[in-house]
Amino acid sequence: MEIPIHVLVFYLVALVVVGSACIVAFSRNIVHSAFSLLGTFGGVAALYVFLGADFVAAVQVLIYVGGILVLILFAVMLTHRISDIDITNRTVGRIPGLVAGAVFLGILVYAIAGTDWAKAREVAFEPTTAAIGNLFLGEYLLPFQIAAVVLLVALIGAITLSRKEIKE
Amino acid sequence: MAEYVALLADVGLKHYLVVSGILFALGIYIVLTRRNAISILLGVELILNSAGLNYVAFSHFSTGQVDGQIYTVFIIMLAASEAAIGLAIVLAIYQLFSTIDVEATETLKD
Repeated sequence: MEIPIHVLVFYLVALVVVGSACIVAFSRNIVHSAFSLLGTFGGVAALYVFLGADFVAAVQVLIYVGGILVLILFAVMLTHRISDIDITNRTVGRIPGLVAGAVFLGILVYAIAGTDWAKAREVAFEPTTAAIGNLFLGEYLLPFQIAAVVLLVALIGAITLSRKEIKE
Repeated sequence: MAEYVALLADVGLKHYLVVSGILFALGIYIVLTRRNAISILLGVELILNSAGLNYVAFSHFSTGQVDGQIYTVFIIMLAASEAAIGLAIVLAIYQLFSTIDVEATETLKD
């Protein structure tokens, strides 16, 4: 049986996502965990491209890979001496955690496999940026403005938390 | 056997949901077992990513509209602000306790 190339690419990307997420979860070195998050974020961006969401994929690369990942790496470097990183990424209760995760995943997969999802209709792959912009400034204007306020509050909060207090 | 191969080859909504379910379960595992504050934040990022993937997959396979993608953009934005605040708190804790092990920093209980 001939397997189409896009199916192979999908499984390759899914393998990258799941594999690097496994490294994040099971690595003993927090620097390895943080760097393999790159594979997960990039792979999820590729999955967004498969789903026809070009704008979201670009946002994912810009914000997650370019912003959050760099922020996390900064925090890792600032809070660890490189020599003793392997001690500080402690895990406790591996077995109960694994059991809880596996049971949860089992229930999810059982529910997903058992549900008769609506068959996909053929969607034309078109640029989505203009439609998203129209929705943001039209139907979703209030959530958009609230999101702007949330970002401002988060910025001010982060600055307040991380500055040095200078007292008389 | 052939029908399983056909099921695997016909990539649909279920495949994306299973990938995001695996991401979610790994995130839950990290949050439950790690004792390093930054590692816990990594787990939360995995969970948020799986939620965003779910939104885009459902919107692509149900209506084909971009409404689901709007919610994913909101999730990404919230994840960014959460990471900024969380890492600022982690740095403040590190200055105070010289460690970010969440079991060493439980003086708020007393």
